[in-house]
Amino acid sequence: MHALDIKLLRDFRRLWAQALAIALVLACGVLVVLTAFGMYGALETTRAAYYERQRFADVFAEANRAPNSLLPALAAIDGVLGVDARVSGLATLDVPGGVPLAVGQVLSLPADDGELNRLVLRAGRMPEPGATDQIVVNAPFAEANGLRPGDRLTANLDGRQRVLTVTGTALSPEFIYTIGPGALMPDNRRFGILWMPTAAAAAAFDMEGAFNKLALRLAAGADTPAVIAAVDRLLDPYGGLGAHGRDLQVSNSFIDAELQQLQSTAWVLPPVFFLVAAFLVNMVIGRIVELERAEIGLLKALGYRDRAVLGHYLLLAGLIALTGIAIGWIVGSWLAAQTAALYATFFDFPFLIHTVSPAVYGLSALLGLAAAGFGAAHSAWRAARLAPAIAMAPPAPPRFSRGLADRMLTRLALPQTALMVLRGLLRWPVRAGLSSLGLAASVAVVVAAGYLDDALEQLMDVSFRAASRQDATVILSHETGIAALGGVARLPGVLHAEPQQDHAVILRHGPREKRVGLQGLPASADLTRTVDAQGNPVSLPRAGLVLPERLARQLDVAPGDTVEVAFLTGTRRRIDVPVADTVTQYFGLTAFIDLAALDRLLGQSPRMTSAQVALDPAATSAFEHALADVPGVAGAAMMTDIRRVFRETLQHNVAIMTTIYVTVAMLIAVGVAYNAARIQLSERARELASLRILGFTRAEVSLVLLGETVLLALVAQPLGWAMGAGLAVAMTAGFESDLYAIPLVLEPAAFARASLVVLATSLGAALIVRRRIDRMDLVAVMKTRE
Amino acid sequence: MAGTIFRAVGLSRVYQTGGGAVHALDGIDLEIEAGALTVLLGPSGSGKSTLLNILGGLDRPSAGQVWFRQTDLTGLRDRDLTRYRRDHIGFVFQFYNLVASLTARENVQLVTDVAPDPMAPADALGLVGLGHRLDHFPAELSGGEQQRVAIARALAKRPDVLLCDEPTGALDSATGGQVLQVLDDVNRDLGTATVIITHNAAIREMAHRVIRFHDGRIAGVEANATRKRPDEIAW
Repeated sequence: MHALDIKLLRDFRRLWAQALAIALVLACGVLVVLTAFGMYGALETTRAAYYERQRFADVFAEANRAPNSLLPALAAIDGVLGVDARVSGLATLDVPGGVPLAVGQVLSLPADDGELNRLVLRAGRMPEPGATDQIVVNAPFAEANGLRPGDRLTANLDGRQRVLTVTGTALSPEFIYTIGPGALMPDNRRFGILWMPTAAAAAAFDMEGAFNKLALRLAAGADTPAVIAAVDRLLDPYGGLGAHGRDLQVSNSFIDAELQQLQSTAWVLPPVFFLVAAFLVNMVIGRIVELERAEIGLLKALGYRDRAVLGHYLLLAGLIALTGIAIGWIVGSWLAAQTAALYATFFDFPFLIHTVSPAVYGLSALLGLAAAGFGAAHSAWRAARLAPAIAMAPPAPPRFSRGLADRMLTRLALPQTALMVLRGLLRWPVRAGLSSLGLAASVAVVVAAGYLDDALEQLMDVSFRAASRQDATVILSHETGIAALGGVARLPGVLHAEPQQDHAVILRHGPREKRVGLQGLPASADLTRTVDAQGNPVSLPRAGLVLPERLARQLDVAPGDTVEVAFLTGTRRRIDVPVADTVTQYFGLTAFIDLAALDRLLGQSPRMTSAQVALDPAATSAFEHALADVPGVAGAAMMTDIRRVFRETLQHNVAIMTTIYVTVAMLIAVGVAYNAARIQLSERARELASLRILGFTRAEVSLVLLGETVLLALVAQPLGWAMGAGLAVAMTAGFESDLYAIPLVLEPAAFARASLVVLATSLGAALIVRRRIDRMDLVAVMKTRE
Repeated sequence: MAGTIFRAVGLSRVYQTGGGAVHALDGIDLEIEAGALTVLLGPSGSGKSTLLNILGGLDRPSAGQVWFRQTDLTGLRDRDLTRYRRDHIGFVFQFYNLVASLTARENVQLVTDVAPDPMAPADALGLVGLGHRLDHFPAELSGGEQQRVAIARALAKRPDVLLCDEPTGALDSATGGQVLQVLDDVNRDLGTATVIITHNAAIREMAHRVIRFHDGRIAGVEANATRKRPDEIAW
């Protein structure tokens, strides 16, 4: 091994603590790239392969009841390659050994498994085409309820109790993410997909010769909006609910949301880590070059070329980078595996999600090396360019000037040690500024973690305590007169029941339009209420629409404006309705209206499509059992249960996120504070030793060292708070979608916590360096020629 | 003696500092003979280190010319100067300039890694009497030993010229004497041209020629008819 390489390795070993502090920050960048980019690629590739193999449709539509005679016309639309018409309906299920009440979505299964959205059979066999009591269920539902081929369950199909035999279990590209009506996240015990032969499904839902669910596959390059318009025209007379592309397909849109989140993570976080790491490398290599001027001069005097000197210091940075990359790869691979396992619980794929591709490993390593190289380049170049004769002479003492700031300092009549600290900061303002910026980034990350915690707490408080207070939602098979409420109210365990009307509508305002749900709520509603951002109830006015702020923004309307409401249900009327008020809604996107006002608008006697109920907690099970046998009930969402699971899952995830955020913030703080203190110690060793010889105590001398670190950390706080608030605003905007939104909550406590974490971490890092003052050999330091 | 190894004409070096221009060398002419032991004598700031740096290819003159054998050093590009140092010059510094993280042997290897026809590091250390301290780090060696490692490092490449900047400046007289002995031995046994900078007038007695510096100029040149051995010199 060459002597220069031996020096490199020994230098690296000597610097291990500083190198490790930097490598850990770099590792964060590498592992985020690995996890976010890697999982993005993995998820997208897996989904694309699945869609291709099972011929996932491109356009979807639903109608009330469209005749099969429409199919040739649908198939003839320009760009359409294949059409798949199905019958779909909801059913309440009684699964032996399962929860008292589950809900199933029944889908017809063509004899040849249809052309599109083909199933992947996981166990058993397909039903016999002519059979009326055989079904295939989605595998996660079967697994959650312990169902195996040959097992039976009871279904309430449009008011008729039927015993069905499970012949097999399957997965479908339509249901990678399976979420039941009213649910906030998948619950495989309570919601399942039931495929039954077309004839049987049609008979069960009174759909012979007709369909209510349509899927189309388009040729590559087909004009999707044109196809959607054509489908809408054809289905309109039959209660078409508006065709849409993959973007609005429920399962697909949840995966899109996950992909979008991975992508923004991959683009936003790594640059922060890589920049901080580059700055730290710059600081450390810069100091080493300063310290090794004589050795650099020697190397050049001995005949080493500029290239060799440049390479020497770049290699040192490279070793730091390699350490970071190795740590990043190890932790990142583990994290990617954990993420893949997490996906496996939410997303149902028939095959394993691909692991991170080697290209992403290569990319992350390249970025890590580039960051370190970028950080070291300036100093390494300076080393290579040092004239050998100058390199052999000691550097001139840094020039301290008596600027305005310094004159102000002098007036403050500070102790000399404080002057040393302050002049040091003024002498290297860029380094001090960047160190503070690094610590501020660390504060911002902890603020963001606290924000997430507070925001989700408020979200659950507003949504569950103030807005949605029902214990269960009973979904009726058909719109019906308000008298049906009595039947619901008489069910066992029901303390209180409220009627509700749900309609699919398109709201239009000028050129803007949005397809949403419209909810008619009784004026006296107590179980589902509209609320403001603080969770205070906002009563519905006697006329006019109440829109969530997000929806009002998208439509560009304010109270007083008028929107056109196009009903996609019933008589499909179009009515101009004024907007009366705006409210806060965190889940979904729904327009609200007073129930009586809605009936007046539609010119009908009081009607309802669902009921909200409050239950006696002791009688919940009796209620569920009874509900399964009630005709006219399509399903129910047990909201108390849903909310509990949601809260637990969210709190678990937030706890993990907070741990990760705080760990990352501490790594950044340690990286910055430790290296800053080490460099100060190295620059000030002679000064500090001189102070000791002059009779200063260790504590007094330490104050110079700790003072600078703490001062940098203090200066970083306001900046960090501002950056953290900015991060919270950005995250609030980034999370907002039609599926959900989170509130912007900035609690003073979150800022105080962030400051405490970063100040304590910085002080801790500086205290580690302080121990070196205790061990300082005064005589040796004074003899060292710098 | 085999002719001239260095020749300088009208050599000047001006440094710009905050306080104005400083003439470190002010138009000197000189010749240094191959194989000779030459002492450059003068107080601090008289220009002798500047001359040494220019002869060694570490610095360039502001005016004038300097030749190594037939090569005009003032005309060389940076990379050629590097090559020149690598192939021909051995340096010995006042503060040894050993790399603290490398052992004695590895410090010598630093040179043998890049020199065209080096000796084995252990042989070079043997020449200076440190054959038994090969694997010690600089911090484990005395000042005199460190300086001898530095000399071994300079010798290992079999240089044409040994340039020594105050080689005994940081040493007491006993260890300084040992170091001078090594330099004298090398000059006598290997015939390596040796240039020693010192402000210690006693050392002049071991030289073939002594060049005195004052304020950037040559104040006088004298030749010793008989050279003393280092152990005969009184400090």
